Formats: sequence, C-alpha cells, structure tokens
Amino acid sequence: MPVENPRILTKNYGTPQSWTIDAYERSGGYSALRKALTMEPAKLVEEVKAANLRGRGGAGFPAGMKWGFLKPVPGKPNYIAVNADEGEPGTIKDRTLMELDPHRCVEGFIIAALALDVHSVYCYIRGELVLAIRRMEEAVREARRKGYLGDKVLGKDFKLDIVIHAGAGAYICGEETSLLNSLEGLRGEPRLKPPFPAVVGAFGAPTIVNNLETLATVPTIIEMGGDNFSKLSRLHDMKDGGVRLYGVSGHVNRPGVYEAPVGITLRELIEDLGGGVRKGRKLKAVIPGGSSTPVLREQDLVNAPDPKHPLHRWHGKSHLDVPMGVDTMRGLGTMLGTCCAIVMDDTTSMVRAAENLMLFYAHESCGQCTPCREGCAWMARLCTKFANGTATRQDLDTLLDVANNIMGNTICALGDGAAMPMLGILKLFRHEFEAAIGHEQPSWGGVNA
Amino acid sequence: MAFELTPDRKAILDELLPRYPTKQALTIPLLHICQEQNGHINEDVIAYVAKTLGISTADVQGVVTFYTLFMQKKVGRNVIWVCRTLSCELAGAREITHCLEKKLGVHCGETTKDGEFTLLKAECLAACAGGPMIQLNDRYYENLTPEKLDEILDEARKRRDDKVKGAFSPVGILANPGSK
Ligand SMILES: Cc1cc2nc3c(=O)[nH]c(=O)nc-3n(C[C@H](O)[C@H](O)[C@H](O)COP(=O)(O)O)c2cc1C
Ligand code: FES
Repeated sequence: MPVENPRILTKNYGTPQSWTIDAYERSGGYSALRKALTMEPAKLVEEVKAANLRGRGGAGFPAGMKWGFLKPVPGKPNYIAVNADEGEPGTIKDRTLMELDPHRCVEGFIIAALALDVHSVYCYIRGELVLAIRRMEEAVREARRKGYLGDKVLGKDFKLDIVIHAGAGAYICGEETSLLNSLEGLRGEPRLKPPFPAVVGAFGAPTIVNNLETLATVPTIIEMGGDNFSKLSRLHDMKDGGVRLYGVSGHVNRPGVYEAPVGITLRELIEDLGGGVRKGRKLKAVIPGGSSTPVLREQDLVNAPDPKHPLHRWHGKSHLDVPMGVDTMRGLGTMLGTCCAIVMDDTTSMVRAAENLMLFYAHESCGQCTPCREGCAWMARLCTKFANGTATRQDLDTLLDVANNIMGNTICALGDGAAMPMLGILKLFRHEFEAAIGHEQPSWGGVNA
Repeated sequence: MAFELTPDRKAILDELLPRYPTKQALTIPLLHICQEQNGHINEDVIAYVAKTLGISTADVQGVVTFYTLFMQKKVGRNVIWVCRTLSCELAGAREITHCLEKKLGVHCGETTKDGEFTLLKAECLAACAGGPMIQLNDRYYENLTPEKLDEILDEARKRRDDKVKGAFSPVGILANPGSK
C-alpha cells in the first residue's frame, strides 16, 4: 500500500501565486486566527498540548510543554523567536513553507503570540535564503495592511509586530541560544543553559524559541482541534502527533519535500515518496534526519524481545521498517532530527561521506569550546587521511578517541552533532576505514556517477 | 573617507530601529545594508556602524569576522557560492566545482582578474533536493550540469544592471527591487 500523502501543511503549494494573501484567504487562510481570537490563551496552549506537536527543529521537544515553561516576569515583555535558520545539512523543508506559504507561517506566529502574550515576534531567517526572506517580508506587510498585525489584531485589543530578521551565514545560529545572541547583534556563540530561553531569552526577557514548521503547524491544530490533529499520526499513542514535512535527498529518483503522517517508515520515505534508490541500485546507508543523526542500514534488525521495550512491536524488523518518530528513532540509537533523510547507494564511499560531513562541522564550529573546535577539525583531518590513503591503524583509534572525547563536553550540541554521526559511521562501516588504510578512496562526485 | 548610508538605505534602518528593544540588535541588519552599498565591509563601514548604533568598533569587528556573508575584501560583480556539502556532493558537486574553476580560471576563494566573478565554497544551502546547486548573487540555481553552467555564466556576464550584486543585502529587499 503506498504511503498516504495528505495535503494539509502543503495544501497551497500548488496554487498559483500561493504566497499572496489573496490566495491564502481564498483557501480559508486566517480563519484559524479568527477562531483563536475567540479562545482563551490557556485553551490555545491546551490544544497544542493535545496535538502532541513535537518540535520540528531537531530535538523533538513537545511544543505545548515548552509553551508551558514560559515564565513571564513583571515589567518585561515575552518574546517569540522563530528559528528559520535551516542549516542542518540535508534539511530543506522550512524554506518551502516560507517560499510557498508564508501566510501560513505568519498566521501560526500570530496564534502563538496570542497564546503566549507576546507582542513582538522575531523570525530569524538564514541570510542566504533571499526568496524566503522576501516572501516572508511581503507577507508581514500584507498582513499588516489587512489588520492581522498592528496595534489591534483584527480589532481586538492586542498589539503585535512580526520582524523578519536575516542572519548572515553561520550554521551555529540555528542553535537556539546562539540564535538569540545573533539576534541581539552579537557573535553567534551559544549560551550556557540554564537559564533556558523560556526564563531568560532574547534581550534578557522570557522567550519561546520554536522552529518555523512547528509554528506553521499551529493554524491547522486550532482549526481541527489538537486531538484530531494528533490522530493523523501513526504514532499518536506514543505522543508524537499529526502530519509533518519530510525531505529526501541524495541517491533517490525523486528528491524533494513531501508531507506525510508522523511515523511513516524510512522505506516508505525512500521508496514511495523518494521514488526509490536511483538507477535501481542498492541502498547502502541512510541518514534519517539531517547530518547530525547517525546512519542506519537496511540489514540491521530491531532487537527488542522484551515486551516492555518501546520498540518491541517492531522486534525482528529492519531498521528501515520502523516508523519515524522522535522516540522510535532514539530507540534505534539515532535521532529523528529534522526528518530530512540523505540516501546513499552502494557506490558511496563512507570514508568520503564522513570526510565531507566532518569538514562541515570543522568549518561551522563556533570555536568557543575546545573539544568541539579542536575535535571537529581533528576528525576532519583524520577522515581526509583515510580518504587519500595515508591513514594508519593508529589513526582509526585516534578518530574514535577524539569523537568520544567531544561527546558531552561542550556548551551546545554542535559537538555531539558531529561526534555522533562519526561514531555511527565507524560502528557500521569500520571495515571501510580499515580497507582504506594504504588505499586512496575512489574519487566521486560526478553528475552522472 | 568616512562612510555614510544613502538616504534611501538610511530609511530602511530608520524603519527597523523602533522595532527592536536595543540598538545593538541592528548590527547584522545594518552591516547587510552597508555591504550592499559599499560592496564589502571595511574599517570605514565598521566605524559607521559602531557610531550609528552606539557600540564599540571591536563589537562590530567581532560580528563581521564571525559570519560568512560579510565580505572583508572586495568581491567580484557576481559572487558564486557553490555548495560542497553531502547531498550536493552525492549528486555531483565536485564535478560542478571543478568545472567552475576551469571555466573561470580561478580557485575557490578567488576573484577573476576582470572582477566579474568571485567563486566561494558554501556549506549546505537548504536546497539539497536540487543538488548540485550554486547561489549566484541572491539567486539559487539547482540541478546543475556543466552545460547549464555555461548559460548561467554567460547570462551573468551580459547582465548590465547594477541592482543585482555579489554583495547582496537580504535586509530591506522590498525597498530594493533589484533582488528578485
Ligand atoms: C548546532 C545546532 C543547529 C541547529 N539548527 C537548527 C535550525 O537550523 N533550525 C531549527 O529549527 N533548529 C535548529 N536547532 C535546534 C534548536 O536549538 C532548537 O532546539 C529548536 O529551534 C527548537 O524548536 P522546536 O522545539 O520547535 O523544534 C539546532 C541545534 C543545534 C545544536
Ligand atoms: S547539501 Fe547542498 S544544499 Fe544541502
């Protein structure tokens, strides 16, 4: 049975001029906001809780619970900082929302602002995403002209401004506290937590940082009701609700962004949505949710004989046949991350793939913590040695050692995000690194390879 | 010579200022606006930003050196960012990079002698499903082949308007209709 491909978040993607307010209103846009204006803020938070909406930015934290942590301080405003930094390699989903349905994003921000008593929303968008910034900026202006924003949101005594804030090129600014520093006009170096942003966030005030897709989902939740939304998921019983955007890139026939219920399998993502591995080749490995999530292989089977194990239902099945959820992927020793998979066929050198990723982290480490700054660069250098055939057996031990010594020893999760995929590749493909000792890896990267 | 923003660009800043609780928050937006006017960030721009926002030049310098979109030296009329990260590499980014280097006669990180192109490596630009890809000034070009590159480069060479810039600004892009 082919996987369901609902058109809820993406319902406007095919509409001509889908980014204009006219097109959005014609398809029923801003009716969720009208409904939200009749509801108590606490009720809005409740609906998001009932929706089992897990954050779409990577960590999968329950959005309703996060909203519950906001700690207003007398005399200080509350803020929302929208994370549209979309920098995790492989991740391509927030860009489509901003380019094709910016008003859905704006409507989501307004409802969230009502729920959290926020009067300024800062939407931090990667500086490179010029079209997305343009469409979002235009959407904010249109919404203001129509009275959805401004001194009185649709006539209600509620003032709201949305500021589109462009970043300037730095992966680390997707990390929430680094994003806040960057928003304040500082270098994008992460802050120590606690205090968490919900207590001390932007400009010293309580701030909710949410991924853009997380908030763009809110209008649907208010429209259909939290529980109904949650039940669209195949993992509703695991408190992982609704529908979400999936991405697939690399060696597949139809790379792209697709909407599907939470909890489809990697096999469905690759075969049904991605059109299968290109040229009928065999799958070698798949990175499930952005480059920081450890790779999975088809031949590895779930080992959960204990009926109490969260993955017991899938005992004996291939890792590719486990539903993609925040907790299921964690159970497999990887992460759901941004839900955007990178597919590699059997022609791929895992040594070169590792080198590519480690060069990314070496370049993007902000340099604040020694284990990450030195460790990422060291891992990259070692991977390069393996790729060009100059590595020794000792280098393999060193590589493992360096990766293990980054884990848990840094202020933010970038270091872990580099070490985890490195350790994951070494665990499943150690033989490729051993075989690379004294042998240069074949070159790759041709458009027709 | 001291740097000053033109009045139309200053207007973008003036519209943004009251929307933030601090002036310092405008550091990145203002640097973008200045860079679009000046082509790159130099000491004069840094001094102007520091003075305008009431912060130290060291603060501004720290920001300029942290972010890849701020150019600390002059760049070409066109800037090409070629994505090198995994999804693009799996789809052929190395070949595209070599091709660009050959066609332009420069390595990544360099500017052609005629000042037409600066070629730079980029990390994942959130267009992985369209790899291999480049960003040329403020626009993305996806699913590239060596043949498509020829067309794109030709078109960029022929382009005569100066609204589109290698040093584009993502701030105030509605005020500046050049960026599509
Ligand atoms: C190095 C690093 C980069 C990140 N990049 C992003 C990003 O580009 N976009 C995003 O939404 N979250 C990113 N995150 C996750 C954020 O820190 C944060 O968890 C998220 O924005 C919270 O939103 P959510 O709860 O709605 O998912 C990143 C985290 C780390 C450690
Ligand atoms: S890997 Fe090139 S755009 Fe993501």
